[in-house]
Amino acid sequence: MTTDTLENTEHHDEHHDQPTGIKRWLFTTNHKDIGTLYLWFSFIMLLIGGALAMVIRAELFQPGLQIVEPDFFNQLTTTHGLIMVFGAIMPAFTGFANWMIPMMIGAPDMALPRMNNWSFWILPFAFGILLSSFFMESGAPNFGWTFYAPLSTTYSNGSTAFFVFAVHIMGISSIMGAINVIVTIMNMRAPGMTYMKMPLFVWTFFITAYLLIAVMPVLAGVVTMLLTDTYFGTSFFDAAGGGDPVMFQHIFWFFGHPEVYIMILPAFGIVSTIIPAFARKKLFGYSSMVYATASIALLSFIVWAHHMFTTGMPLFGELFFMYCTMLIAVPTGVKVFNWVATMWKGSLSFEIPMLFSIAFVILFTIGGFSGLMLALTPVDFQYHDTYFVVAHFHYVLVTGSLFSIFAGTYYWLPKWTGHMYNQSLAHWHFWCSVISVNLLFFPMHFLGLAGMPRRIPDYALQFADFNKWVSIGGFAFGLSQLIFLAVVIKCIKGGEKAADKPWDGAQGLEWTVASPAPYHTFSTPPAIKDE
Amino acid sequence: MKRRNRIGLLLVSLFSSAAWSDSQLNLTKGVTAISNEVYDLHMLVLYICTAIGIVVFGAMFWSIIFHRKSKGAKPADFHESTKIEILWTAIPVVILIAMAVPATSTLIAMEDNSDSDITILVTGSQWKWHYKYFDQDIEYYSVLSTPREQYENHNGEPAERSEHYLLEVDKPLVIPVNKKVRFLLTSDDVIHSWWVPAFAVKQDANPGFINEAWAIVDEPGVYRGQCAELCGKDHGFMPVVVEVKSEADYQQWLNDQKQLIADAANAEAASLSSSMSKEDLMQLGESTYLAHCAACHQPTGLGIPPAFPALKGSPIATTGSIEEHINIVFNGKAGTGMQGYGKQLSLKEIAAVVTFERNAWGNDTGDLVQSADVKAVSGE
Repeated sequence: MTTDTLENTEHHDEHHDQPTGIKRWLFTTNHKDIGTLYLWFSFIMLLIGGALAMVIRAELFQPGLQIVEPDFFNQLTTTHGLIMVFGAIMPAFTGFANWMIPMMIGAPDMALPRMNNWSFWILPFAFGILLSSFFMESGAPNFGWTFYAPLSTTYSNGSTAFFVFAVHIMGISSIMGAINVIVTIMNMRAPGMTYMKMPLFVWTFFITAYLLIAVMPVLAGVVTMLLTDTYFGTSFFDAAGGGDPVMFQHIFWFFGHPEVYIMILPAFGIVSTIIPAFARKKLFGYSSMVYATASIALLSFIVWAHHMFTTGMPLFGELFFMYCTMLIAVPTGVKVFNWVATMWKGSLSFEIPMLFSIAFVILFTIGGFSGLMLALTPVDFQYHDTYFVVAHFHYVLVTGSLFSIFAGTYYWLPKWTGHMYNQSLAHWHFWCSVISVNLLFFPMHFLGLAGMPRRIPDYALQFADFNKWVSIGGFAFGLSQLIFLAVVIKCIKGGEKAADKPWDGAQGLEWTVASPAPYHTFSTPPAIKDE
Repeated sequence: MKRRNRIGLLLVSLFSSAAWSDSQLNLTKGVTAISNEVYDLHMLVLYICTAIGIVVFGAMFWSIIFHRKSKGAKPADFHESTKIEILWTAIPVVILIAMAVPATSTLIAMEDNSDSDITILVTGSQWKWHYKYFDQDIEYYSVLSTPREQYENHNGEPAERSEHYLLEVDKPLVIPVNKKVRFLLTSDDVIHSWWVPAFAVKQDANPGFINEAWAIVDEPGVYRGQCAELCGKDHGFMPVVVEVKSEADYQQWLNDQKQLIADAANAEAASLSSSMSKEDLMQLGESTYLAHCAACHQPTGLGIPPAFPALKGSPIATTGSIEEHINIVFNGKAGTGMQGYGKQLSLKEIAAVVTFERNAWGNDTGDLVQSADVKAVSGE
């Protein structure tokens, strides 16, 4: 699609006064500012969550308890999971949504800018509450990020209330963000941009937003039941009062499974934007990509109990959830095939965003393969709750979601800052990350198959060699992210001036505005022409 | 060193399947018919995934190598094909069906809990397993036997570790070979998960509910596993050890156990009419405390508040009544992690541990508790 660009790039919003300093960020209703806030927040959370992970890996470097007590170890694994899921990955994608969706659909801003401000600014409080529990008598939550009852209720260390309120605030933030995305996409597309002309990036965020609205209230419900079980004498999850601890898992995973697609569908959108740009060829099978995304989203609601095969489900239940889970391989496979077909007979070049996208496709697919293996109930009895599962979801969430976030950042950073970043430093970041991340997560498959359970602070001697390598990979991967920080800061401070469209194969309205993108874009909607 | 080379090789060839065939890296075949089926299924899926991976990544690397801009490649124009989309929807469906068929039959076999020869109730509690043989009047706890000093090496001194470090218990579960043994699983507190990889049995132990699993083991031997569901602080320290014996050895073991139980009952009766000296009580109390109480209340008696309160200076262990103190140790405290030790310890041991707690760490009450006192509180 092409567009008229003439009046779009002008800066004609003199009637807005722009506060400076801290007030600019506190009171901002601008989608670009809020996107920036989200992205920085998620990066800070990535570093905090990563620091926790490095303490975990330091403890697991060799057998024995060297650094932390088992109870504190559980606090580390729990908060690491919560921070990475709710603090790093999800807000990063919301940051992308804020920055890019209005610019991609030719809208001047998000539809609900004040709510947008609020949905960001409650987040630091949520994580403030969560992290502050480390400094209290109870300690931080120690029941795993999946907070299974009754470990998180009757047997909790007293952190349950902090945990519940923090999750409530995160949930409110996510729901508001999702409403904003949906309203923006439904109402503010430039004239002529029909649904099936929207960039795939916009589609994936659109579908993700529906998933968020559908399942975040379920999470809110389950944490509230947890709260009343712990402090108000209810027995939702206590057999002694007529409840059922397994019901907790059903409700949790009814949220939890769509949640994992909330964290991967936007990644599909980012990669589907970048691969065509550097293959200089249109995305193969655009409409099948849209349908595949929608299918994955729908299927995500009927597979939750594959996390619970060992809880004592009836045979029929196990078969149903096994078949449905296997079915997800089909639309996911379609996506991978389409990416490969997009690259096929293209004119490929390998700038940093493309390198991360290619790594994404390969490593995410490895995570998909282990996912398919986990889907098979009889074998899942062996894999379940071992390091094989840890390897699986880290391949999907780190080399999947996180790598797509890196890819997207390197792709749009010139548009955001107006500067090109330091290529060789960025290459260092890519190669250090891609090597260390595999040293970190690939041996975990072997550990799991050999029988190492997850969430243990110490292990039998036959697991010692691999754990050492995993820890080394972990430290290297963690430190590699400081290179990323350096690239981004250098790029913000200066660097070679970026062209409006620095990537010759890039498509989309965001490249029709100046670099850096003016504070207000598309105050007049662009005209969308058919090709 | 051999292992290191292997890892180096792995990094280079992440996707090669050759490295996987090594048994140390791979899933165990186990010692039951089911575990062998599970292993075969695992290998089947692994090979299928590897094959798909080779095709897909092969096509991708072909593009990466040959369709480069730097080599002057011009982009083709195609960008959709309904035919191809249908094809690569249909082919995976067929492959999935090929996986689902053996998976379904294995699963149906696994879930057939009928016609068992022996039934054993497995109860998880923080952080030990309890085994109860139906129709045999035999029950006992199975607790990690690796000494604390082997894993608590905060001072940095390298510990000498036993061969089955963290995978050894004081009293393993004993079952006979070639019999269908049914396990009923439940829990006294949080959710645990009983896992023996060699049997391909992993089943959650849910408080208030009973789950089933079973195994027919082909070979005598000792098989080791661990709790697989996060169950609190010492989740990593509650191994499962199963000793599989020949039918004759198993019968012998049953007889030995019955003898031991009878001896224990006699000793219990004898302890009621005798009283122990403070020295003996403190000695027995300390060893019992370290084995059963120190995981939570810590060897220092300081606990890990607020979940695990301190005993040092605690009113219950100092100024409070001895009866209440015994009551908590014997019956546990509802709504907390404090479990009842009435079933786990002898009257003598409870008497000793209460005496110890009332006189250790400066709690110098001077109180002495005898088996008869415990008996009086327990009311049995």
